[in-house]
Amino acid sequence: MARKKKKVPGLNSSSTADISFILLIFFLVTTSMDTDMGLSRHLPNPPEPNQEDAQIDVKERNVLNVRLNAAGYLMVNHDFLDINQLRPRAKEFIQNKSNNPKLPELHAKEIDLLGMCYVTDKHVISVQTDRGTPYNIYFQVQNELVAAYNELRNDLAIAKFGRPYARCSEDEQVAIRTYYPQKISEAEPKNYGGN
Amino acid sequence: MNTSSLPDLIFTILFFFMIVTTMREVTLKVKFTVPSGTELEKLEKKSCVSFIYVGPPTDQLRAQMGSGTRIQLNDRYAEPREVMDFVAQERTTMPNPSAQVMSMKIDQHTQMGIITDIKEVLRKSWALRINYSATRRN
Repeated sequence: MARKKKKVPGLNSSSTADISFILLIFFLVTTSMDTDMGLSRHLPNPPEPNQEDAQIDVKERNVLNVRLNAAGYLMVNHDFLDINQLRPRAKEFIQNKSNNPKLPELHAKEIDLLGMCYVTDKHVISVQTDRGTPYNIYFQVQNELVAAYNELRNDLAIAKFGRPYARCSEDEQVAIRTYYPQKISEAEPKNYGGN
Repeated sequence: MNTSSLPDLIFTILFFFMIVTTMREVTLKVKFTVPSGTELEKLEKKSCVSFIYVGPPTDQLRAQMGSGTRIQLNDRYAEPREVMDFVAQERTTMPNPSAQVMSMKIDQHTQMGIITDIKEVLRKSWALRINYSATRRN
């Protein structure tokens, strides 16, 4: 007698697709794709309560004044500049290759891995805005200044260590940061040219 | 038609979305287009990041709230001085408060006055590491 082959009862899984669709739609609705990127800055420490506007004495040649007015115009020291001209200007200022007496002072400094260097470690880039300056202009200025530092650091890293800054070891990065310290200060906003 | 592989397919898409996306934490009440820049860094350690949104109210809320620039903290509008409480409150939920980063998502057309006010408060509350949120541009 030929026995009937026993059938394994199948699990009804026709609704699995619907369930996973619902899950998929739930995740599509509650999550967002954006990856968070941005320009990192470090604010200065808060002023001491008993500190009387102690102006830290900075020589005029050591300061690059970047001023932004309410209309979004850019003034660097005494020149009106276009945003594209800011990066070369900042690089020239930070480096002071030619030991120009109008650019920041060069100091001899012993840096690990780099030896004796002449660096402009007293320089300050001061960004001053008006209360009406559009944020976009301010951001582009910050971006250009950070770009100037990054380019200089990268050039130095390639010249000294033969690879870009991002791929240098921790010690090498510290040495390069000592050579080109990032000094962007932000003054209190003022009212330039009305609102 | 044989649809037995459909659930697997949909599950694959589901897992893909679960991995590449992040949970949206707040409902946005302001709209903003962040500026674009070239020197951007990725925000590491999501658990140490708090967000401050600045921009005009969204279209639905404009009728009640007007079109002036607003600050959003968590789920509501706030004044610049309230940022200090927000910072302190965010710190309590963080595993490592000293690594706190404030990510500022600010609309391009905002005027600097309000941003400077926020920065002053952030300085006073010792939240010194900030990040101006932006999109990458080549």
